[in-house]
This record gives sequence, C-alpha cells and structure tokens, in this order.
Amino acid sequence: MAWRFKLAPDKTNFDFFRFQWITFGGSLMLSVIAIVAWAVMGLNYGIDFKGGTTIRTESTVAVDVGAYREALQGLPLGDISITEVFDPSFADDQHVTMIRIAAEDETEAVTPEKIAQVEEVLRAAIDPAMTFPSVETVGPKVSGELIWASVLSLAVTSVAIMIYMWLRFEWQFGVGAVLALLHDVIITIGIFAVFQIKFDLTIVAALLTILGYSINDTVVVFDRLRENLQKYKQMPLREVMNLSVNETLARTLMTALTTLLAVGAMLVFGGDVLRGFALAIFLGVLFGTYSSVYVAKNIVLMIGLDRSEKAKKAGTPDEFANIDA
Amino acid sequence: MAYTPLLNAPLWKQLLVWALVAAGLTLAAPNLFYPRVEAHNDAAKAVEEAGFATTEQQAALDQWPDWMPSGIVNLGLDLRGGAHLLAEVQVSDVYKARMDGWWPEVRDALREVRDQVGSVRRQPTQLPYELRVQIENPAGMAAAVEAVRALASNVITLTGVGQTDIDVTAEGDVLIVQLSEPERAAVDQRTIQQSLEIIRTRVDQAGTREPTIQRQGADRILIQVPGIGSAAELKELIGTTAKLTFNPVVRRGTSEDQTPGAGNVSLPSLDEENVWYTIEEVPVVSGEDLTNAKGDFDQNGRPAVAFQFDARGARAFGDYTAQNIGAPFAIVLDGKVISAPVIQSHIPGGSGIITGNFTVEEANRLAVLLSAGALPASMTFLEERTIGPELGQDSIDAGRVATVIAAASVSLLMIASYGLFGVFAVVALAINMGLIFGIMSLIGATLTLPGIAGLVLTIGMAVDANVLIYERIRDELRNGAKNAARAIELGFERALSAIVDANVTTLITAAVLFFLGAGPIRGFAVTLAIGIITSVFTAINVTRLIVTYWYNRRKPKTLVV
Repeated sequence: MAWRFKLAPDKTNFDFFRFQWITFGGSLMLSVIAIVAWAVMGLNYGIDFKGGTTIRTESTVAVDVGAYREALQGLPLGDISITEVFDPSFADDQHVTMIRIAAEDETEAVTPEKIAQVEEVLRAAIDPAMTFPSVETVGPKVSGELIWASVLSLAVTSVAIMIYMWLRFEWQFGVGAVLALLHDVIITIGIFAVFQIKFDLTIVAALLTILGYSINDTVVVFDRLRENLQKYKQMPLREVMNLSVNETLARTLMTALTTLLAVGAMLVFGGDVLRGFALAIFLGVLFGTYSSVYVAKNIVLMIGLDRSEKAKKAGTPDEFANIDA
Repeated sequence: MAYTPLLNAPLWKQLLVWALVAAGLTLAAPNLFYPRVEAHNDAAKAVEEAGFATTEQQAALDQWPDWMPSGIVNLGLDLRGGAHLLAEVQVSDVYKARMDGWWPEVRDALREVRDQVGSVRRQPTQLPYELRVQIENPAGMAAAVEAVRALASNVITLTGVGQTDIDVTAEGDVLIVQLSEPERAAVDQRTIQQSLEIIRTRVDQAGTREPTIQRQGADRILIQVPGIGSAAELKELIGTTAKLTFNPVVRRGTSEDQTPGAGNVSLPSLDEENVWYTIEEVPVVSGEDLTNAKGDFDQNGRPAVAFQFDARGARAFGDYTAQNIGAPFAIVLDGKVISAPVIQSHIPGGSGIITGNFTVEEANRLAVLLSAGALPASMTFLEERTIGPELGQDSIDAGRVATVIAAASVSLLMIASYGLFGVFAVVALAINMGLIFGIMSLIGATLTLPGIAGLVLTIGMAVDANVLIYERIRDELRNGAKNAARAIELGFERALSAIVDANVTTLITAAVLFFLGAGPIRGFAVTLAIGIITSVFTAINVTRLIVTYWYNRRKPKTLVV
C-alpha cells in the first residue's frame, strides 16, 4: 500500500450525536449571539448600502491619520472616516488609505466639486504627488435599493435551494439544509458585526457563495443518507445518520481543506480590495463544513422522517410492501 | 484481485470529449498572449473601418496569426480602470416640454371658438404633464373642451388601441389638458431610448474601447467606459448638449441684443463669429419631434441635411412654414444657433432639407446631431465610480499570485492524498481552468475582480467531484467489489448523484447572483457558473477517460487509490 496523506482514518465510527447538546446547542447559541451582535452593534456598511463616497489615496509619505483628518476638517463635508490600508503586496513606500465621506442629502451623491476639493486639500497638506486610484460615489437612493436587492437575493436563493432539495430528497431534508445554511450565514454576519469589518455588496456575493458551497457539503451527506436509508431499512434513523456522516467524513474534510487552501491563498495574496470578500468565504466554508456534519442532520432528526413505504408509494398496502425483499 | 479490462466509453464519445477539450484550450490560447492579441484585434477593427492599414497597424496585425481564434476575455472596469456612471433620466422633464409645446396649439384652437369661450389664460400647475387654461366664459366650456379634443391624435400601444394622446377635462372655469397614461408611457419609452442612443453616439465618438451602455430598470442608464480618466470626464462627454429646437428668428445682429423684447432671447451663432440671432423663445418644433435626419444633397448638388418630423411636428412645422415663407428660422442646439436657413416654401409633409455652407462632413455631423439630437431630458447621477488603471493592474497581479498559489497547494494536497489518481485530478483541473477561459473568451464574458475570486474558489471546489469519486472507489474497494475495474466503475457511477445534486444547488446560487447582482458581481456569477459546468465535465468525462486509458494499459493487479 502506497503512502497516502489522510485527513481521517479509513473507517471511522464517531458518534456525532454524542455531544449534540454541546455542538448543536453551541451552534444555536452562536447564532443567537451573532444576531444580538448584529442588532446591537450593527454592521459597518460600505457606501453600497449607506450612500456616500470612498476615495482611495496613495502616497509615498507615511500615513498619519490625524494629519489627514486635520487637512479635511475645514471642508463642509458630512461624516468622514479615514483608515489606513495594509497589504503584503505593497511596496515599502506605498501608503494607502481609504477615506469615506457619508452622503449628505436624500437623493444626490457627493458632488464631484467636493471630491475635487478633497483631493486638492490633501495634495496641499500631505503630499503634492498623492494619487487617487479609485473614487466611488453611491447615492442614497441606490443604496436603499441595493439593501433590498441583497435581502431578496439571499431569500430567493434559500427558497430555490429548499425547493430543489424537496424535489430531489424530501421536504425535511430541505428544511434541515436551509436552516444549516442560515446558521452559516448568520454567524458570518455576526463576525462582521463584532469586528466591524466593512460590509458591502461583495460581502453579500460572498454570503451567497457560502450558501452554494455549504449546500454542496450538506447534499453529499444527505445523498449518502438517502442511499443508506434504502440499504438499512430497520436501522434507527439516528444510527443511519451517524453511519452516513462517518462514511463521507474523509471527503468532507478533504474538500473543505482544498477549498480553504484556495480561499486562504486569496485571503493572503489576493490584494486588499478582495480581502473582505475572501474572509467572508473563508469563514463561511469553515462554518459550512461544521454545520453539514453537526447541524443539518440534527434538524432532520428533530423533524423526523416518515420511513414507511406508504409515504413513498401511496396506495401500496403496508403488509405487501416488503414481501419480496 | 484479478485484472479485468475496464470498459471504455464508445469511440465517438471519447472523440467528442477530446474534441471539446481541444476546442476549449484553443479558444483559451489567445489569453496567454493578451497584449499581443489585443493590439491585433484593435488594429483589425481600425483597418476594417478605414479600409486600409498603416504600417503600424500591419505590424500589430502580424503579431497574431489570422487563422487562430482571437477572442480574449474582456477585463472589467475594476481590472482595466475607467469610469462607471449610473444615471437616472428625469423623464418628467419631457412632459413639461411637451405641455409647453401644446400651449400654442390649445390657444389657437380656443381662439377659433372665441365667441363662446372668451379670452383664455394659462395657469401654473404642479403636475409636469398638465396644462391648465382658465377661460373667461365658463358657459362655453363644452365648446372649449370639444375644440381642444379635436387636437388629440391616437396613440398606438399594445393594450390601449384607440386611446388618444391627451385627456381633456373641465374643472369649473379651468380647462385641463393632460398627457394620457399611454402617451406618458410612450414618451418615457422614447425618452430613454433617445437618451441611450445619444449617449452611445457621444461615447463612440470619443473612440474608447468597448464601452457598456445599458438600460437598467424603468428610467436608468448604466454607462461604463474603460480607459477614461474619471467619472467627471465621462459626465462631460455625455452631458455637453442640452436641447435642440427650431425657433422663429426676429432679427440678426453682430453683437448680443441687449433688448431682445418680451418672449425673445439673443443667442450667438455656433460657427460664425460676431453673429447673434434674436429669436422667439417658444420653439415652433423641437428635436424630439424629429424622426429622422441624414446627410443629403440639395437640387444643386450642395451638401445638405434632410430631415423628417413626426405627425405633431409636421403639423406645427407645416403651419409655420406656410405662414412665414421668406423668413428665416433658427436651428438652436445647446443655446447656440447652428444655422438660420430661410424658408423657401410651405413644407407640408413634415420633411425638408437644411442647406447652408456645409461641407459633406459638416452635413453628416449635423445630421448625426439632429437625429441623435440633444439629450431629451436631464439626468441625475446615482452612482459614480472611477478606478485608476494602476489599481486594476495591482489587482490583476495579486489575483495572479493568489491563483498560482491556490492551484499549487491544491495540487500538492491532491497528489499527496491520492497519488497517481491525484495527478489525474490535477491534469483535469488544468484542463478545467483552460476550458473556463476558453468559454469566457467565446461568449465574450467579462472578467472582474470578484470574477478572479470565482476562479480561485473554483480551483478549490472543482476537485470536489474528483474527491467524491475517489473516496467512493475506496469505499467500493473496502466493501469488496468484485475486482478493481468494478470498483472504479461503481465509484464513478455512485458518486454521480451527489455530484449532480451538489452542483445544481451551486448553479442556483450563481443564477440568482447573475439576475440580481450588478456589474462586478455578475462577473463573479458568470465565472462561478462556467466553472461549475466545466468542472463537472472534466471530473466525470476527462478523468474517467484518463483513468480508463491508464488502467487498460498498465493492467494493475491491485488498485490503490
């Protein structure tokens, strides 16, 4: 037998329900904490959702946020936030900041004249050779719609997945899978709230991707469960579930690892513009793997499955169903 | 475990799979020589338009052979740099202009029934699509309504056959003329269409590469122009012209008229220096009544512009020309008089030609301006984004590093875990990446920064199908499959349902992202969706063929996955 790198032994026999009050309960608690953090601390919405302007500055002069703030103080602008941006790919004398200016009135974006003023003032006060590699302005009218579109897209995706699972499996599987997905998404959002990481449209795209990835994992477990339910008709549901998760464990871990490697590469080397996006997917893959092992099937077990043949083939009398088995 | 041959797929299927792979990789090839192919394509386009090639263009053309596919992946704004604008067209501007246009007609119609109505006066109104006229003698209201209704013409719509363009009602001594619902819808539609065309003409004139000009929703236009310096520059480019009108000329002078008189304005000429025209402010007809204009020649063979009005414009223009033969009228664009030709005869059909001291080019340019005309309504900009080319290049570089590292580490892990089968998976992954680029080049998809993220993510997730198959083969070997060939067959067969279910669900999310997302996120959805399809194809078909060839050639006694 040739040597093989293995994430799990060939045959495992873990009882994945043994500590279910810790694992499932823990998940439940984390979800609640995430929702509370989201409600109390709020998300650090980017201009996509709040309206306003972001200006990226680049200069060879080391950044002193205080000096930037002071320079901009005299201008008649709304709320300003200045953050320095770091990235391993930057050169030694490359100093980047993001300046965010909140939207002022209800409909129009920050005017180009004001942006020109900001650029002028910064060049005068900090570095005459300062460049502005990106300037983005979103009016409050659009940002309101973008929030709505994001919520809608998450909801539509969840419902579509649930319907597909219902068609291919049974409705309990659909509910279990979608609740597990929401768990992944909610905890990821919670982490963004706790650490006040910028939450913009790309993060929503990441959340949707998490839905797509995490359902992958859950489907593989459920697919094996469906097969084993046919094979072991008399075995209690809980044991069939345990068997299925054990059988697919090697694959689950392997795929999680390859995906984390790829996303990890993006997180570290993909540049600062993509960092939030990569982080959201990284977290989502972690929680998604966890939830397909510990959350999805527990929900199916709680709802219970109707395993009688009657449920599958209406009209066939029970007593004859297994006659030739 | 004895050796039994593994049944291969029928020959036609093998050939089909390899043909698809070869086609995909050939289509992807130009992307490896991106700058060269791009220069070649630009030159080819320029040559096609001009009809001949300069030496430089020929050199660029020679950089890439013609028989090779030359489609390359478009780079999105966030990678190439450029400007992005989301504009909302103020459609109600047009209503107001429309009602201003109706006023003289309504006034004239009421003048005809003056004996019953008495004098009339226009009243201010809150609604932009409404005209309120107070009449002196309320008893004559019925006659007034009838007279104005006679002006209405039919609107042709899908649902509202037989509906007219104006609704006329009375409220006490006030006659109310409103644009009808279907007419407003038709006006909106036309306003957006015109705005789109005009913006397109203007952006194309600037000669930038592959601009995106799209309608979004009911009254919005998305404009993306790669390579332009800033959003402000783009706004200048598309927003320079205000409005086109045809006005009666009162007099012509050599300096600005300080006392133009009530209802008149003094405007400079566009081409001639020190020439000013005093014109009536209310236009006879305006650009939105033009249906067509093209460069032409008059009966003496001199360059001219031929134009055609719609029904309402034709009526107004016909009446005016009949009454003012010999008098000049001004064509006013953006507050400047383009030309002030003299009316030669009554022009009843709503078509005519404008003669002047035009060259052929000038006539053509004027025709373009007249038919594209001015923006029919003002625009509010809801979103403005400028991305510098350096930032885009930084993103490409970072994306490239991330992709290489992701691919290398995933490959290592796969080979460490599955040995030779891992190598097969890596080969499939490489083909997969090639196919993604091939398909994206073929359909002209745009690669955005999130799209690069989609590629990296695909690297991680694409091997999932291989992992599923290999783990299944291991299971079958453990569970005592009859022989190695049977284990491989069962592995591929039984992993299929999980692969399909898992990927269909991901495809659902990609579809939602595509339909609800905008710009860069759409780019992500496209790469993700293409990646899912190609990865399933390579895992199921390509890996299977490679495994079969290897197995039947090596005839291993035992199978180690």
